[in-house]
Amino acid sequence: MAVRALAVLAGLALLAVPPFLPKYFLEVLISILFFAYLGLAWNLLGGYAGQFSFGHAAFFGIGAYTSTLLLLRAGLSPWLGMLAGGLLATGFGLFEGYLSFRYGLRGPYFSLVTLAFAEMLRVVTVNLKVVGASLGLVVPSQTNALLFVFADKLPYYYVIAVMTAVALAITHRVARSRLGYCLVAVRENEDAAEAAGVDARGAKLRAMAISAFLTALGGTFYAQYFAYIDPTITFGPAISIGGLLPAIVGGAGTVLGPVLGSFVLTPISEITRAMLRGRAGADIMLYGLVLILVISFLPQGLMGWLRARRAS
Amino acid sequence: MSQLDLSIESGEIVGLIGPNGAGKTTAFHLIAGFHPPSAGTIRFKGDSIVGLKPHAICRRGLARTFQLVQPFAGLTALENVMVGAFTRERDTAAARRHAGEILDFVGLGPRRDTAARNLTLGDRKRLEMARGLATRPELLLLDEVMSGLNPTEIEAIIGTIRRIHERGVTLLIIEHVMQAIMALSHRLVVLHHGEKIADGPPALVARERKVIEAYLGEAGDGTAP
Repeated sequence: MAVRALAVLAGLALLAVPPFLPKYFLEVLISILFFAYLGLAWNLLGGYAGQFSFGHAAFFGIGAYTSTLLLLRAGLSPWLGMLAGGLLATGFGLFEGYLSFRYGLRGPYFSLVTLAFAEMLRVVTVNLKVVGASLGLVVPSQTNALLFVFADKLPYYYVIAVMTAVALAITHRVARSRLGYCLVAVRENEDAAEAAGVDARGAKLRAMAISAFLTALGGTFYAQYFAYIDPTITFGPAISIGGLLPAIVGGAGTVLGPVLGSFVLTPISEITRAMLRGRAGADIMLYGLVLILVISFLPQGLMGWLRARRAS
Repeated sequence: MSQLDLSIESGEIVGLIGPNGAGKTTAFHLIAGFHPPSAGTIRFKGDSIVGLKPHAICRRGLARTFQLVQPFAGLTALENVMVGAFTRERDTAAARRHAGEILDFVGLGPRRDTAARNLTLGDRKRLEMARGLATRPELLLLDEVMSGLNPTEIEAIIGTIRRIHERGVTLLIIEHVMQAIMALSHRLVVLHHGEKIADGPPALVARERKVIEAYLGEAGDGTAP
């Protein structure tokens, strides 16, 4: 299949080319994969299950803070800390999901509740001295691969590349499994899904668990890569949006959508920022305009558009 | 809905009829777990199923269709039925095989890769039955699967329902198409204002005075049957 061959080729290029890239382009590429990864994580719950979370920053922040605090207070390597963060975020996601789904919150109500949970964590963190309050936490930056600190950008690139590949593989697997079909059925029509034997709440909670876990790992990556976290960055709406946008623009509920979306969106965001340096906010306005155009003209995302073209 | 006393034996085809608003669909919602009953019990194969969620009831072998068809619009016919098939199969290939068989059985084989939203109403009614059937029910509740269909389609769907019964599935059918329900049912139950007013062989029930009054209104007040 031509598409598969193309994907394999693109994958190989992504492995082989980066060592030869100038630093700036490598950073952009890391950024692209980072948002692709967050998009993939969001997509399992938001795209496949159709549960439009607006608060995935909650899981991201839990991941970033858990691994960083375990490193600072207990000397635990972030490689292990990220698993702890993932598990904690999963627990929090299940709690949040159970409450929401138990009371039948759907659509915008679910979105608002997830947003509220993330904001709640942000406000708590801002006011909690033991976790650094609004000043945030600085991650020690002496190079040590065992502590997830590297001397240059390239290893970080390969870490996020592997994470993205794993998230892709998980998505691919889920999409073709019983769970994947159940999630899509719930998204399309929850009552009909229940009537056809689908445990709607159970399926949504499973999607929530995987999605929260993966998102939290992204939080740890962020903390190690930028060596600094604070409540506004990690628990703020910007991260929630940063995950859902690539998925929606690329095609929610498709395997490759979030990756495609990030490859289109992240460079646009970088270019507008570089072009309009010095004019505060202008880049965000231009970025917003591009988004409006994409969403108005490609409601099914880029994947939907490509499929329609292939079908006709 | 008040004091409905209804029992169905394994292997029966029971027709549930009554004027609009008699509570037929409400009865289905109660049986299939979509609404909790305020009082009383519902037993299936001897066990109470009150308080169970619809999917749990479905897993016990009781499936339903919806009066207003509710396909998973964005999925193909095959994928719609696969969702039902996953009730009994864990493996995707097995679910796909089972769903394909069921689609052939209800005559939707040629439409398997058509998106549900692009199917005709008649095909969507069949899809609704196929999805229910794919869960391998012992009792299948059919809610007006003939409404809105033309006589040829109705003829065909009666044949399909007979073949479903031949597979050993017990059926409880809500239907407004009288010739069809009279021909199919072993027994007719008539509801009126949420109460059962008749229960027996179709030919006898159709002659009962209370039933005729329920449909025509006392002294013929002009209510359409």
